Amino acid sequence: MVFQPLTLSAYSTVSALGQGRAATLAALLHGRSGLRACDYAGADLETWTGRVDGVEDVRLPAALAAFDCRNNRLAALGLESDGFAAAVAAARVRHGAARIGVFLGTSTSGIEATEQAYRRRSGDSGPLPAGFDYRHTHNTFSLADFTRRYLGLAGPALVISTACSSSAKVFAAASRHIRAGWCDAAVVGGVDSLCLTTLYGFNSLELVSRRPCRPWDAARDGISIGEAAGFALLEREGAGVRLLGYGESSDAYHMSTPHPEGEGALLAMQAALDCAGLTPAQIDYINLHGTATPSNDRAEDRAVTRLFNGAVACSSTKGWTGHTLGAAGITEAIFCALAIEEGLVPGSMNTEQADPQLSAPIVRATRRQKVAVAMSNSFGFGGSNCALIFGQAT
Amino acid sequence: MMRVMVESIGLTAPGMAGWAAAVPVLRGAVPLDAAAVPAFKPNLLPPNERRRTTALIKLALQTAEDALVQSRFAMNELASVFASAEGDGEIVDRICSALTQPDHPVSPTHFHNSVHNAPAGYWAIAAGSRRLSSSLAAGADTFAAGLLEAAGVAMLERVPVLFLAYDYPLPPALAGRGYVDAVFATAMVLTADDGPGMMRLELSLQEGTVSPPALSAELDALRVHNPAAAALPLLQVLARGGSARLAVPCQEQLTLHIGVDA
Repeated sequence: MVFQPLTLSAYSTVSALGQGRAATLAALLHGRSGLRACDYAGADLETWTGRVDGVEDVRLPAALAAFDCRNNRLAALGLESDGFAAAVAAARVRHGAARIGVFLGTSTSGIEATEQAYRRRSGDSGPLPAGFDYRHTHNTFSLADFTRRYLGLAGPALVISTACSSSAKVFAAASRHIRAGWCDAAVVGGVDSLCLTTLYGFNSLELVSRRPCRPWDAARDGISIGEAAGFALLEREGAGVRLLGYGESSDAYHMSTPHPEGEGALLAMQAALDCAGLTPAQIDYINLHGTATPSNDRAEDRAVTRLFNGAVACSSTKGWTGHTLGAAGITEAIFCALAIEEGLVPGSMNTEQADPQLSAPIVRATRRQKVAVAMSNSFGFGGSNCALIFGQAT
Repeated sequence: MMRVMVESIGLTAPGMAGWAAAVPVLRGAVPLDAAAVPAFKPNLLPPNERRRTTALIKLALQTAEDALVQSRFAMNELASVFASAEGDGEIVDRICSALTQPDHPVSPTHFHNSVHNAPAGYWAIAAGSRRLSSSLAAGADTFAAGLLEAAGVAMLERVPVLFLAYDYPLPPALAGRGYVDAVFATAMVLTADDGPGMMRLELSLQEGTVSPPALSAELDALRVHNPAAAALPLLQVLARGGSARLAVPCQEQLTLHIGVDA
């Protein structure tokens, strides 16, 4: 059975490119990357990050003070961008609070709060500070718990945490909940914020570049870590870009290295096409996962080439935002929505000398082009893969 | 309302080392020995991997194994939904401790084990399953959220699903600050198609609040200290093999109604 498309009746985005859709679009069109030399407090690493300005200054509503941490502050920035919270308030009147679900992705949630609590305790075994609220800040569910309270929603709520595919897979989970009748609409999205855990963790795996990341480049040597928040409101009816299909798979290969031939990636993309009832030739643009590690881009290139045979324009937007990890799925879903609505293909920022070993046709500079159907790829640790397909409003 | 079949069950908890051992306890025929903490030695992990993984990962895989022993499905046919309220506190403790040291020496193994889907990743590798796999958290209502998502995958994607709800106590530094202070894990293989020996669940989600179904004091203590143990009223019905209607609280303003038919 072909999937019944769902409409993205509102969406918002915050990343290193700026707060909101207009700032994001302006950066894309003017060729202005959000990456800068790492200036995240406490990180003494030679690397570049996509840090969002102003997160430190966000104040949460008093009733939600227990949730205060960098990740939920970034979530609040996203909820107030692009009129998103107001659009959800209107949807709440249409559907009822208990009929709107909340399905969000994050990888590290508010772990920065725990990192800081450990640094503040005396010695290696002293108690953590009394005021440290693990449950409302760092716990994986915190993001959805905060968001549903912020928006006044009472439908089913969960966080999907599958590393870098988290906020892509929420589109699949929300679609199933709507099809099952467990809700009529869904807030989907994701937030991940800078923290020492990911900076030093990816560094320990030798996956962090010392330069701005260069997806698909012959000299690519690792990721730049970014942070982002993004949300979309999914409804059965309404005007806007539509979710046409999704596909999920597992690599069953290795915890932190993709299958070398991209087997899992290929399965996810094929499943998304099957879900949407589309053929490869009907895709106009692929937003690659494109992390810029040598093995990730090679595996994805194998999969994309096997399925699309070099016929579809591709780019990675990690050079603009950095790898926003658990927020990459929603951030890049919104790049696809912008591509469709604005008629443009985002360029693959920082791809200078395309790797001759790779075959996917990479669009280097942002260009105007009609995009009717776009695919977004997201692949994560643990071999968790998700592909999403978006299309024009009908 | 959604109908889904329960094909097999796994369970790991104090005094209930495996589904077969748990059935008489859940039926009330044998008292719960809450001091008997089960050992974790999942055969799904090779011995060298077992040493590199944590108690949470071993708990999840051992419970999966318990359900799979009785399952007619090959492991590589199964999709999976892994539901854990807390994730891996031991890994959080180790990474955050390392980050207080000069040069922040985070272990690469700890880092790749830190993802919420680490148990699911190990399972997929061991099972050789390339089917979809999700890992989720929903606080105190993680069991209900996981059951809904797993049933949705089984029925709407038409693929048999290994559903796991599992949580392991937080380490001393974090104890009392989260959702989990007891060991509990349960696994169910869910499928769309009926077959011999399967039990049918009818799930519906409605507005309204309800008190959790009654449990004995010993089992209730598990439920209070581990969100996965919200499965206990359902597991009791499944152990008795009869029919029942359960109403389980779900995210403050909702109630998950579960009808069971043997």
